[in-house]
Amino acid sequence: MTYEIIVQLKAEVLDPEGRAIQETLARLGFSALKAVSVAKRYTLDLDEPAAAAEGLATRIASEYLANPVSETFQVRKL
Amino acid sequence: MNSLSVASSTPKFSPSGKLRIGLVQFPGSNCDQDCFDAMARHFAIKVAPVWHTDTALPPLDAVILPGGFSYGDYLRSGALAAHSPIMAAVKAFVGKGGAVIGICNGFQILTESHLLPGALLRNASRRFICEFVHLAAGAGESVYQKTLAAKVSQLPIAHGEGRFFIDGEGLKRLQGQGQVALRYATHTGQISPQANPNGAIDHIAGIVSANGRVFGLMPHPERATDLLLGGSVDGLAVFEAFLSSFT
Repeated sequence: MTYEIIVQLKAEVLDPEGRAIQETLARLGFSALKAVSVAKRYTLDLDEPAAAAEGLATRIASEYLANPVSETFQVRKL
Repeated sequence: MNSLSVASSTPKFSPSGKLRIGLVQFPGSNCDQDCFDAMARHFAIKVAPVWHTDTALPPLDAVILPGGFSYGDYLRSGALAAHSPIMAAVKAFVGKGGAVIGICNGFQILTESHLLPGALLRNASRRFICEFVHLAAGAGESVYQKTLAAKVSQLPIAHGEGRFFIDGEGLKRLQGQGQVALRYATHTGQISPQANPNGAIDHIAGIVSANGRVFGLMPHPERATDLLLGGSVDGLAVFEAFLSSFT
């Protein structure tokens, strides 16, 4: 059972890496590009029955992979 | 040269009795030796090393979490260290009123452990910053704030992820409860965006727990304990406050 976790800074938190990429691309002529945000992607291979796997993936994401102070996360089954 | 070393080796604090202080070493800690040296040289305290895989602390009065790049800063700075075996013991120690100082990566470990609120994020400038900064003490009742209010401190910072962040409600709580211990400032102690090196919210460089016993700061007091190291001994006052926090 494989799950994908995407962890990203909350919208209201400054993302310096995203801003650097946006500024560079804007300088290269992509003037339509208004913002870039960067996320981290994890894949979790779980040896767990389907019924419990999503709960386990969500628990790992919420307790360890994402910091609730500054980040949000999404869980998706692959 | 003599006058320099004399000036830097006369701390005001003189501990009574034998203080038992432990320092947790994580893989990637790199300011541990500076702390051992500062405590031995200036306060005649032999700090006990504690390894990150230990599951219990020896009998201690206080704990130091040093700077560095624990576990390579993987996941997030301090995040993996926060879940290392020894941290369960550190949390229990804090739960019983134990005193802890977390310096730089140690501060990141304290927030990731939820022993202090907030988070330390990538510097707004995107640069790793290694320079001296000036710091003004925040208003509050802790021994850190009372000690450091005596003057504007000058301490070095060395971090890529030192931008303190907390949501609006959390910030109000820190301010209202007098937990903001240090803010980046000008050399005259004025708080201003120009004096804020990393974009920290409310210019925060260090905070203290509600009971005044757990202190986290991004600047490095251990690198400012001897004039021979480059111009400031203001780190001594931070360690004096640390020692006073449990004696």
